[in-house]
Amino acid sequence: MNAGDPPPKDASASEPTPEILRQLADRMAGGTPQSQALGLEFVSVSPGHGSMSVAWREDLVGDPDTQVIAGGVVTSLLDHTCGLAISSAAASASGMFGTATLDLRIDYMRPARPRAGVTAAAHCYKLTHTIGFVRAEAWDEDRSDPIATAQAAFALTGPRPA
Amino acid sequence: MSAAAQLQGFLERTPYVRFLGFKAELEGDVLTGVLPFSEHLIGNTFIPALHGGVIGAFLEMTALAQLFVVQPAREGVGGRLPKTIDVTIEYLRPGRAQLSYARAEVRKIGRRIANVHVDAWQDDPRQPFAALRGHFLLRADEAS
Repeated sequence: MNAGDPPPKDASASEPTPEILRQLADRMAGGTPQSQALGLEFVSVSPGHGSMSVAWREDLVGDPDTQVIAGGVVTSLLDHTCGLAISSAAASASGMFGTATLDLRIDYMRPARPRAGVTAAAHCYKLTHTIGFVRAEAWDEDRSDPIATAQAAFALTGPRPA
Repeated sequence: MSAAAQLQGFLERTPYVRFLGFKAELEGDVLTGVLPFSEHLIGNTFIPALHGGVIGAFLEMTALAQLFVVQPAREGVGGRLPKTIDVTIEYLRPGRAQLSYARAEVRKIGRRIANVHVDAWQDDPRQPFAALRGHFLLRADEAS
């Protein structure tokens, strides 16, 4: 595959192998200094879907009066989880694909509960040759009662070394 | 206490602000958000570049801090950060592994809701690497 080639169109013929998905999970959870610093935890991945979580921690509090986890932590978690979903959608049997966030919109429904961690799940619902569209939501206790929802567009930047 | 002193007090006692390393510099009513580079802010080790979430948090914090400074001029609203309703973060180019700045423009401030745009840059303010536009709830009702 050449650097400028889009990911293969026929998804059924090029499903990422479990090995590639596992590499992707490792890279997304532990692979960047920011995800390590936040303690982001991998929850699950399948082609087009990703889920990650972050535990509450004293140094991640955004409002000392309420002990609620900072909105910035939720932003990083959502961006990262959207990245996992788009990467798993763009990955193929031949390897991983680089991506770059174009934009990320976040709606904040309500603050997380005091001293609560947050889980996020993202779905890449459309992938073209150059762009992926992702939706995500984040919740503290109950997925049907989200604290934030997100919508993002990603550019596909080319195959990445495994 | 002045708005500036209140803001600095809030920033100093907020754990996540220290985690990020965010600082606010004030000249009159004009606030500049400052984010010194630190290794743990990296989200892409290939380039290397700042994490998209870190960039979003930096832009959002600059908007909130700017509103915090503007608000006390309006009666009885000071003392607490506004609440974020929604934000759209636009990523224009990679945020390099170096010092970043951001400045917010309060486009509209109503009785309860404000609209704010923020640009972030590194070497040249005319070449922003990211931008944010968002709506924020001013907590007039809860200010007492």
